Amino acid sequence: MDNQAIAQGIREAAQRLLAEGLVDCVLGYEAGTVPMRERPFFAYTPEEALRLTWSGFCCNNLANFLIRRPQGETGKVAVVAQGCVSRNIVGLIKEHQLSREQVHVIGVASPGMLDRDKVQAAVGADKVISAAHEEGDELLVEGPGWQERLERKKVMRDNCYTCVQRNPVIHNELIGEESEPTHGGVIDKVAAPWEKLDPSERLAAFGENYQDCIRCYACRDACPLCYCHVCFVDEAKPQWCGKTQDEADVLTYHLLRAFHCAGRCTDCGACESACPQGIKVRRLTGKIEKDVREFYGYAPGLDEESVPPLSVHKPDDPQGFIK
Amino acid sequence: MSSNESFEPRIAAFFCNWCTYGGADLAGVSRLQYPPNIRAIRIPCTGRLSPTFVLQAFRQGADGVWISGCHPGDCHYIEGNLYARRRFTVLKSLLEYVGLEPGRLHFSWISSAEATKFQQTVIEVTEAVKALGPSKFLRKEIGMVA
Repeated sequence: MDNQAIAQGIREAAQRLLAEGLVDCVLGYEAGTVPMRERPFFAYTPEEALRLTWSGFCCNNLANFLIRRPQGETGKVAVVAQGCVSRNIVGLIKEHQLSREQVHVIGVASPGMLDRDKVQAAVGADKVISAAHEEGDELLVEGPGWQERLERKKVMRDNCYTCVQRNPVIHNELIGEESEPTHGGVIDKVAAPWEKLDPSERLAAFGENYQDCIRCYACRDACPLCYCHVCFVDEAKPQWCGKTQDEADVLTYHLLRAFHCAGRCTDCGACESACPQGIKVRRLTGKIEKDVREFYGYAPGLDEESVPPLSVHKPDDPQGFIK
Repeated sequence: MSSNESFEPRIAAFFCNWCTYGGADLAGVSRLQYPPNIRAIRIPCTGRLSPTFVLQAFRQGADGVWISGCHPGDCHYIEGNLYARRRFTVLKSLLEYVGLEPGRLHFSWISSAEATKFQQTVIEVTEAVKALGPSKFLRKEIGMVA
């Protein structure tokens, strides 16, 4: 099924749900004001549901908006969810931020989302892109007086290469068919570049990776795991993390943010897509994801029963490093 | 390194109230000698220790951090140290992944009867941190103001 057909399926499902009054709103994507910038959209009426769309640029994680709904809205909500989003919904249910009855999941198999920065780089940084359409395995990029076909696989987001579950793990209805669960990438490779380094070189690589960070917190705000009412970066007494762009403050922020995602991060890539500076934010979360899998055999959100790894323990947990 | 011989590290030491703090007390009343480089911070349980504290210690100038609590199974709160063990495992791996020298972050289980283990561990931790020299990890370089 191509994107247009899936978009049509989403619109029909949304219209039906809203018309029958089964949900208060449908949370999906609509076209942005500029190309390659599909954005989250709350449809409250069947008419509004016509604005819903689906493409390879649906990079936001909609699970994030399930817990950041406008104040006073508590009714049932339908949400368009690909593999990672559904895993985050499972996570939110496990963390008691949502109940399963509260959400109607419109599942869609993820085509592997595209990275607009990679598209821009592929056609040339100085070119103005006026449209980008997917046609099967290709992306047709158009601008004033030119067009170019790119191989879809070459401009996919990094995290989509290493995805372990493209299909929604929970859904009330499925639009289109299920696809192959992975794109064939190896998730352990996310952390490999730094793991290969000599320990003495890692601190420099770490600093370099984050040197462009402007502390806008887009990575935090895009993340469906970050729902604390007061974030540690905003705490003042004691102040855990300075407000400046000094390397020490930037790195403290990223380390702690990543740690807070331990055993919870589904590698949805919303943080990297949201970063205006193109920072490889997943270098840290990817390492933690790998550790949690190796130490405790846990991958977040893949099933509804298992318990988050840092909220349980076993008598024989590894402890070789403890004297 | 010869330049480290005169270097006296500052080590933030987080001790659980029920075991290691008692062990430190016993080492004291037993007149056991150990290096004066640790700064003991009493916490109710190692389960109370947020990874934030560890980073804060490094940020504020600690050259090393040492966390010590009850042996697994002996926690005053039944299982606080077992949760902590998982947390520390992930934290230690993460910090070493980003370049913290392994010798700067130490963990131990010391009961309130193990005064000699306490003494030996202080010596071990201090020597390890001393060998590494002053820490630069997450430390803010503040420029001089005229």
